[in-house]
Amino acid sequence: MSLENFLIMRQELLMVAVVLILLMAEIFISQENRKHISTFSVVLFSLVTIAGFFPSPSGSLFGGMYIASGTTTIMKNVLNIGILLVIIQSITWLRKIENSEKVSEYYILLISTAIGMNYMISAGHFLMFYIGIELATIPVAALAAFDRMKNKSAEAGIKLILSSAFSSGILLYGLSIIYGTTGTLYFSEVSKLFTSNSLQTLGFIFFFSGMAFKISIVPFHLWTADVYEGSPINITSYLSVISKGAAVFVLVIILFTVFTAIVKTWQSTIYVVSVLTMTVANLFAIRQQNLKRFLAFSSISQAGYILLGVIGGNELGMASIIYYILVYVFSNLGAFGVVTAISNQSGKENMDDYNGLYHTNPKLSLIMTLALFSLAGIPPVAGFFGKFFLFTAAAQKGFYLLVLIAVLNTIISLFYYLLVVKAMFINKSDSPIEKFRSDFPTRLALGICIAGLVITGFASVIFDAIRNLSFGI
Amino acid sequence: MDILSLFVVIPVLTITAILFLKDMKQVRVVSAIGMGVQLVLAAVLIYMYLTARHSGNTDEMLFVKDYIWYKSLNIHYAIGVDGISVAMIGLTSIVVIAGIFASWEVEYLRREFFISLILLATGVFGFFISIDLFTMFLFYELAVIPMYLLIGIWGTGPKEYSAMKLTLMLMGGSALLLLGLLGIYFNSAPGGGQLTFNILEISKITIPIAAQRIFFPLTFVGFGVLGALFPFHTWSPDGHASAPTAVSMLHAGVLMKLGGYGAFRVAIFLMPEAAKELSWIFIILTATSVVYGAFGAIVQKDLKYINAYSSVSHCGLVLFAILMMNKTAMNGAVLQMISHGLMTALFFALIGMIYGRTHTRLISEMGGLMKVIPFLSVCYVIAGLASLGLPGLSGFVAEMTIFVGAFQHPEPFYRGVTILAVSSIVITAVYILRVVAILLLGPTTNDHFTHLPDAKWYEKISVVTLIGAVAAIGLAPLWLSNMIGISLQPIVTKILAITPF
Repeated sequence: MSLENFLIMRQELLMVAVVLILLMAEIFISQENRKHISTFSVVLFSLVTIAGFFPSPSGSLFGGMYIASGTTTIMKNVLNIGILLVIIQSITWLRKIENSEKVSEYYILLISTAIGMNYMISAGHFLMFYIGIELATIPVAALAAFDRMKNKSAEAGIKLILSSAFSSGILLYGLSIIYGTTGTLYFSEVSKLFTSNSLQTLGFIFFFSGMAFKISIVPFHLWTADVYEGSPINITSYLSVISKGAAVFVLVIILFTVFTAIVKTWQSTIYVVSVLTMTVANLFAIRQQNLKRFLAFSSISQAGYILLGVIGGNELGMASIIYYILVYVFSNLGAFGVVTAISNQSGKENMDDYNGLYHTNPKLSLIMTLALFSLAGIPPVAGFFGKFFLFTAAAQKGFYLLVLIAVLNTIISLFYYLLVVKAMFINKSDSPIEKFRSDFPTRLALGICIAGLVITGFASVIFDAIRNLSFGI
Repeated sequence: MDILSLFVVIPVLTITAILFLKDMKQVRVVSAIGMGVQLVLAAVLIYMYLTARHSGNTDEMLFVKDYIWYKSLNIHYAIGVDGISVAMIGLTSIVVIAGIFASWEVEYLRREFFISLILLATGVFGFFISIDLFTMFLFYELAVIPMYLLIGIWGTGPKEYSAMKLTLMLMGGSALLLLGLLGIYFNSAPGGGQLTFNILEISKITIPIAAQRIFFPLTFVGFGVLGALFPFHTWSPDGHASAPTAVSMLHAGVLMKLGGYGAFRVAIFLMPEAAKELSWIFIILTATSVVYGAFGAIVQKDLKYINAYSSVSHCGLVLFAILMMNKTAMNGAVLQMISHGLMTALFFALIGMIYGRTHTRLISEMGGLMKVIPFLSVCYVIAGLASLGLPGLSGFVAEMTIFVGAFQHPEPFYRGVTILAVSSIVITAVYILRVVAILLLGPTTNDHFTHLPDAKWYEKISVVTLIGAVAAIGLAPLWLSNMIGISLQPIVTKILAITPF
């Protein structure tokens, strides 16, 4: 393997190196140095993240199985930023006594899934894609069951692994049909041989359903709320941001490069599921009291908005998706970061518990408000710009009715986001969450989120840079 | 730094300063200073604008600055003002400073209150200086969202319900508006070429009529929700009644004008053909607003509800006049926006002050206040007379111009509706005089009210500022209507090109 090849695959290889280093460290490190593993992982992963931003050659490896381009690099970078934030946010939780024995496992599992995501984004072949998606899913199930003393956590792990096994089965069935009708699994060749005959369309539908499970699009979303509620909060945020984001990226790439012959078919499919996803998830979110479930449904509805960027098949759509995921990383991790901080401190996760939070913890309330406003698409935070670009992308291809449904849905979502704001600012409480000062990692992660929320919106260079790297059909 | 951007920068700086204040007492002083500077700046802007016009500058927009923002979508931070926006900026800065003084005694979470209030003002100022649809939309949403907290935290009565209703309805309006703006954007280069959000550039081309038929209603209703267009006005009475004094003032005085201004500047200016074609629908709706709002005000018992319904009626008149699409009526619409902005802010300020003393807003429980609090009562009478259109005060000039302009419309249907709308003047007189009679005149019914203190110094500042402005427009309307008139020329030319009459 020459240096050139190494550079093409550097993000994955560096992550593998990090995993190996952590494995070694786990074996050789002394008991008192064990507490530094977290810091060590953060430093290592920051290096990986930074390395991703250096210019690198594009190209393909293993005879076209692996493809790296500017687009895949920026997608991986967006995900890396999110993973880094999750890693920082997890530190406080991992310091708890019951987790102290398995800190490095946590990081190894987490980064393994990141490797899987990177491979699936860079796949040029359905097998590579499948391996990536499995590597990205299975360790998360172990992580979901990480709180082994809690029934709900174990339940979440089982539910996640069963539903993802099921969805992988569907996905594989679709792939086998595609292979049976085209005789190849290379993206470039499948796209040439794909037509709109009904068997191949069936193959596509199976493939799409499998992906819909991963992104938790209605009607394939039923596992989401339970898994999100049961998992440790950091894993919930990981699932809702990173896993979802990676799956969306892959879906976009495959739809834009492989299934170009049946654009009309997948556009109408996405039209329907997008409307369903936004509406159903928003209506369910209104009724949630547990904030994890609440954010679970909110993140399902976000997937519905994201599909607006997919549907046009245009380059603006891809750019707005990458941009939106970046914004979504900051907003959702900001919201989850506050929930994590409060849960670590007081164990409280219900909306009623947040009553009067502003009077005791004004900073956390403000961060939560900004994050929720960003999710709702309210200026001046970046979510406004993200939503605007997604809607613009759909409108560019004439999907005005879909945009109308989406903007009406943002009103519903604003209603339930405001419920949380109302709890924090307006409602009175006899026993509010006590005033506390979060530790350094939490504050660092929240600080990055807030900075990201403000800067990503106003610094137009970010969007313009993403736009330059995007492509359409 | 150009003078227009200062209108956004100064509020932001004020907010930053408030954030770092240690002493809560200073918060209101800093707010007053910041917004006072803003008022001076507005005066300077008006002066600069008039000098530029006198020296023969006939550009459509003055002080234009254009910075590219999102290059790939051709989104700019583009600012510029014409006579109409200058007038609106003047109105806003007067109402904001009056609002600051009217809320001098807010105790609960004082810092947050003034920050939210000034944030709202930032959005409004930004909206009036923008000539790029994207920037305009951004500021528009920025102005709406602090309302939720302002009403929800510092409001009275069913404040949480009202705050939520108001926010969701206004955001619903902005959802329609977003769709309309996207439609305009994608039709802004029908012959191919670079798409744009710039209002001036779009006004030079003709958006295809098929697209106009879809996007004109969306844009107009989107702005109309904020301008209390029937049947989307229902947020207004609840919202105003629950809001704290300064918020009612700002909201009815300024924020509702965003609706009228936007409907004029975006919907009608950019899509006059569809506006011409579809105006009859909206004329019916706005005339309903005008008459229904006035009748609604008659039966209300709560002072704030009376004024909220009267706002529906008066703001309906603004949209009504804009839709008549001739120069006189549009001139009247802008005058009405300013006149109503000042007048209603004055009303809400006075109602807040009376409520702060009597702790009730039900007119049936009050009476004979003229003897007890003469200063506030006299001011209330002045506000009432301005509202019912007494010559010498701003309301007369505005409504007169509107109805004269509206009656110039050649079609009998429009003239008929105008006659109907004129009846609102009479109804206005009924509810204003009724309140004045019960509330201020007659015997003092409640013994608790005999020792009420009259206005304090900050309340006097607030009220006198507004009355001064109302009287100034009433006595010397010509300079203002000339300033507006010149700026109406581009749109009038555009309309005349479609239907010469």
